[in-house]
Amino acid sequence: MSRILQSASERQPETHPLTWRLHDDESPVLLQEYRDKGGFEAVTKALAEHTYESLTEEVKTANLRGRGGAGFSAGMKWSLTVKGEDKPRGYIVCNADEMEPGTFKDRLLMEQQPHLLIEGMILAGFANRAKQGYIFLRGEYHLAAARIQQALADARADGWLGGDVRGSGWDFDIALHTGAGRYICGEETALINSLEGKRANPRSKPPFPGQSGAWGLPTVVNNVETLCNVPSIVSHGADWFQALSGNLSDDGGTKLYGVSGKVKHPGLWELPMGTTGREILERAGGMRDGLTLKSWLPGGGSTGFLLPEHLDLALDFDTIGNTGSRMGTGLLTVVADTQSMVSLTRNLEEFFARESCGWCTPCRDGLPWSVKLLRALESGKGEAGDIALLEQMARDLGPGKTFCAHAPGAAMPLSSAIHYFRDEFERGVAHSQGKAHADPIPVGGV
Amino acid sequence: MATIHVDGQDYEVEQSDNLLHACLSLGLDIPYFCWHPAMGSVGACRQCAVKQYKDADDDRGMLVMSCMAPVKDDAYISIDDEEAKTFRQTVIEWLMVNHPHDCPVCEEGGHCHLQDMTVMTGHDRRRYRFRKRTHRNQNLGPFIAHEMNRCITCYRCTRFYQDYAGGEDLGAFGAHDNIYFGRHQDGTLESEFSGNLTEVCPTGVFTDQTHSDHYTRKWDLQFAPSVCHQCASGCNISPGERYGDIRRIENRYNGDVNGYFLCDRGRFGYGYVNRYDRPTRPERRDRTQASKTATRETAGTLLEIDEALDRAADGLRDAGDIIGIGSPRASLESNHRLRELVGAGNFSTGIEAGELTRLQRMAELNRETGLATPSLREIEHCDAILVLGEDLLQSAARVALSVRQAVRAKGVAMSEARDVPGWNAEAVKTIAQDAGYPLYLATPEASKLDAISAGTWRAAPEEIARLGFAVAHALDPTAPGVDALDDATAALAERIADDLLAAERPLVIAGESLGSMAILEAAGSVARALHRRQKTQGALTLIRREANSVGLEMLGGESLDWALERLESGAAKGVVILENDLYVRLPAERVDRALTRASSVVVLDHQRTPTWARADIGLPAGTFAESDGTLVSLEGRAQRFYQVFDPSYLRPDTRIRESWRWLHALAATLARQPMETVLLDDLTEAVAQSAPVFAPLAQNAPEALFRIHGLKLAREPHRYSGRTAMRANLDVNEPRAPVDLDTPFAFSMEGYSGYREPRREVAFAWAPGWNSPQAWNKFQDEVGGHLRAGDPGVRLFPAPVVSGDYCEAIPAAVATRDDRWRVIELPRLFGGDEMSRRAAPIQARMAPEALALNADDAERLGIEAGMPVTLTLDDAAVTLPARLGTGLPCGVIGLPAGSAASLAARPADRGECWGRVSIGEPDSTGEARP
Repeated sequence: MSRILQSASERQPETHPLTWRLHDDESPVLLQEYRDKGGFEAVTKALAEHTYESLTEEVKTANLRGRGGAGFSAGMKWSLTVKGEDKPRGYIVCNADEMEPGTFKDRLLMEQQPHLLIEGMILAGFANRAKQGYIFLRGEYHLAAARIQQALADARADGWLGGDVRGSGWDFDIALHTGAGRYICGEETALINSLEGKRANPRSKPPFPGQSGAWGLPTVVNNVETLCNVPSIVSHGADWFQALSGNLSDDGGTKLYGVSGKVKHPGLWELPMGTTGREILERAGGMRDGLTLKSWLPGGGSTGFLLPEHLDLALDFDTIGNTGSRMGTGLLTVVADTQSMVSLTRNLEEFFARESCGWCTPCRDGLPWSVKLLRALESGKGEAGDIALLEQMARDLGPGKTFCAHAPGAAMPLSSAIHYFRDEFERGVAHSQGKAHADPIPVGGV
Repeated sequence: MATIHVDGQDYEVEQSDNLLHACLSLGLDIPYFCWHPAMGSVGACRQCAVKQYKDADDDRGMLVMSCMAPVKDDAYISIDDEEAKTFRQTVIEWLMVNHPHDCPVCEEGGHCHLQDMTVMTGHDRRRYRFRKRTHRNQNLGPFIAHEMNRCITCYRCTRFYQDYAGGEDLGAFGAHDNIYFGRHQDGTLESEFSGNLTEVCPTGVFTDQTHSDHYTRKWDLQFAPSVCHQCASGCNISPGERYGDIRRIENRYNGDVNGYFLCDRGRFGYGYVNRYDRPTRPERRDRTQASKTATRETAGTLLEIDEALDRAADGLRDAGDIIGIGSPRASLESNHRLRELVGAGNFSTGIEAGELTRLQRMAELNRETGLATPSLREIEHCDAILVLGEDLLQSAARVALSVRQAVRAKGVAMSEARDVPGWNAEAVKTIAQDAGYPLYLATPEASKLDAISAGTWRAAPEEIARLGFAVAHALDPTAPGVDALDDATAALAERIADDLLAAERPLVIAGESLGSMAILEAAGSVARALHRRQKTQGALTLIRREANSVGLEMLGGESLDWALERLESGAAKGVVILENDLYVRLPAERVDRALTRASSVVVLDHQRTPTWARADIGLPAGTFAESDGTLVSLEGRAQRFYQVFDPSYLRPDTRIRESWRWLHALAATLARQPMETVLLDDLTEAVAQSAPVFAPLAQNAPEALFRIHGLKLAREPHRYSGRTAMRANLDVNEPRAPVDLDTPFAFSMEGYSGYREPRREVAFAWAPGWNSPQAWNKFQDEVGGHLRAGDPGVRLFPAPVVSGDYCEAIPAAVATRDDRWRVIELPRLFGGDEMSRRAAPIQARMAPEALALNADDAERLGIEAGMPVTLTLDDAAVTLPARLGTGLPCGVIGLPAGSAASLAARPADRGECWGRVSIGEPDSTGEARP
């Protein structure tokens, strides 16, 4: 599923900065080919033309927004990071712990073109005066691990990493760290704790990682796709990057969109930021025969369900945010009319309950309760008041009430599913009228 | 200061606090779990939510966790807001999802913070209808019982155990709603402070196993304000009694001293009070018979009080010249009364001569070097620490815990420099990481504090002293230099001196545990040098061994050696020995000789010691639980401990009395005078008048007639039950409750037990709605601060007056000798104290006694751990299994302090001691050379 469904001829350097070098046969782009196709030129350019301040400013101007799902401006994050001649040099951490349900975009980038990520990290390292980079990789991504490891060795041998990057006198290196399998490690401060060998609990902010991150030093955590966008910004400039999305969106650049679920061709496409859900769904060949679309998640399990009527909205951070959902990772999960919303929600909440780090009470003890209520509804053993209780819980798991964004993310599909599909939930209350659930998902399985 | 508006009321609060701290300090109730006044905020439990508004016009506001919200000037908040109240109820409901309904059988019930908070929020209906998650429990050793099903996952246990106390063997395991707090496998908790888990845990996950063994609800316990007698730190405790037994010891908050925390020796070492073999009635021993059978355990003939006093007086009168031997584990009042009885010229402190000389020297150094003696709280604010010779975790564990907080305070300072408040505990950890704090430890053996130190140095006592002198010289070149110092030591001394000079409040710690005058002199020289370098905010802590060592030194008197000499020479023929086992202080044959020569030996004690077994008349004394008096701690703090219960109320046969009362009666009998009533206040007053240094004692404690609203102070909670029935097995008539004429406390639930009237003497902390130890909030000027009436105790050390000069007597380097080993005593928390060693839980926790030697030495000699090794001295030989000491230097052998072996091997003056080592039992020939 983690494959690009655009042919090489469609993917051109001017329009597809992330994927134009990828091969149709999915073999990785190795160092030589990467360099032949302009790879690492951005590093050469940055070392020759940029100071760390000017490089940060360039990325800030490009309005590159975080592709991990939160959409925070990468340049802004960099400019808030403590750095300077008299400051200790910290870390660049690539958040490659891609565990968002329904999301498989970073995997593609790392498996097929790891040098683009490495180049992006070197640039981020330069812009933030970091001394070391870490790629915090999802543990199950074995192929990505092997290819990154190889790419790091190749890049180091070619002088792009190490004590004296391409004779510039500047030193920077990158190490690969594979995670032990916790969704919460995608939260940047939990990721840092895990990297340090501690329990993967999120940290309180302030201090933000930019002030005091890994091992107490200034640390920038960026998503894989975010970092992969940096080389083309440096090479072609902020204006060029902005123009990539044309008038589709205020956000610049392209986005790796994708679809999973009961469509004909699940996969990935690099498209201008602000492409609509309908176009993406059409590229996926539409629903499988005999099925119609009931609902969709715009960007992972921690985003709110949307309806077919939302398909014509631009998929960017602000437009989707205005619906009450979030764009998240921009990888759509489609739900067919035969699928039970109660089961689907239960399945998602089961995941989020299991992946709670256990630090704060609402998340730790509230989510498992919601799972049990959903199971009861799923099997027709719900009781009067269960739905109201779920709604109350969804509110009490909201932003500000929990320690980090995990539970608020989990509350999004729950509250939106009840909001849009209340009748399906009501059918789960014992003695209620109506037919049993269509196509329930087995407990514990996807 | 800042003004905050809480539910329409305006309050002035500290700007640097968080809202929870500020509101609780104002006396407002907000429920909380993960926050702890000594451990700061982490925002985990989400229980303390309040509504915060942008300004006076904002009527929507948003929920914030008050523990994580800094105080802002002109902030509008609401505790009573409906959304906030509902959310807090919801949080409790979530916490209760897996919490069992076992309050009736839970040992936390009645002093449970979770119960209190549940009632406070009003959550009383369970909507959760599914299965609860369950856990398996662990055996955590003799001190702590474990019931994980009750856990509400507040993380306080690991935050205390790991972050606050430096323990490594208790952690959080698992994730989501399956978090487990325990060890990686069953086993005794290794921390010296594990007992605090019972008070830190807001519910019944970690409870007091020693209490469990004879359980009583907290509301059925009788308490008194007391002071721990198990070392010289002077921690405040609240022992709880039922049916004549101490059932548990709780921490008693003293903002200057122990704060919220005790060490495990102090908390779990009370068992000697309850021993069935304690003398409870006067005993007479026929001398010839005693010498024939010589069985020390044999009980003497039981006597009534009058007969015992008469016989004791007759014996002493016949003896003519009598001396008194006091004790550093008895109160000032008892020691003073003894001194009055025998005359000041005939009074011995009961302390061996070498130790007494060192105690006197320590007092001089505290007075003369110019550096003041810090309280434990002040230690926590020192910014560089040099420890010479003391393994603090073993010799004064609570001091070690304060040293650890000083190290942690570095992180707080770093955070505050970055505008992150010091109470934001996890953020402080993030920022501090393992930031180096200038803590230097020079001790013979490795300790758990090493991990947080900037430098450690393992050496024999003389070498430790030489390092100290070298530091003094590095600080001030006019201090004498040290000859033949190797480069590494010289460099270390320079480094230490630099760090001490860079600090605002450098602290030097040394003490008695290695019995080395040279170390004390070295510490004194460092202190002097710091003072001369204008480090006037610096501090000097000198660790004494016993609860009243400082008091006895102040009281004055001769050494124990002098006393024995007087008896041996026949200069004195009668002796009164107060709560002192002479056999733990000087060699047995010497004590035997002296006591045999004496024609009359009167012993007052609460334990059957070898000395008691040599008494012609033995008078049963009260322990700290059955008596009251004053102790002076190592920081010079005089503190009164109060009688917890009257032993004769439930056990009419018992004749246990306070030692000072016995001595008062004995004095009257000797003088053939009718006995006048004596009250504790009279004796305390007498001590106060006996010397200027004691003058502050007159104001130290409320006199017996002190009343609040006309009431005495209650020793028992107002829910105390069963009083009318608890004596029914003896007599259906309920006698009047015992009357306490000595203190303002009543042996009753009747009396004042509130918090509104400021008072320093608090038997148990309770306030309406606050049954757990968190009720101390209500007694404090601010949460975690000082008691509103001032912290208990009065400092007796006079203000330092600089005099004297550097010590010139610097010991020579220790030459490793082929045929001899430098023998030292290694202090130990469990087993090193004469009294707590008599408690079964402490015995279960004691490491097996062993001879510690350097691992390389052992390997060279073919000695393996556990192998029997004999240490031969001039006139003694002891055999113990070998232990490979961690870090112990070559050529040094360590004996466990307080063991029979170390008593046997100890030279008379506890001074420098050398011995030979052989493998196996004494007659084997395998002499081992280092």
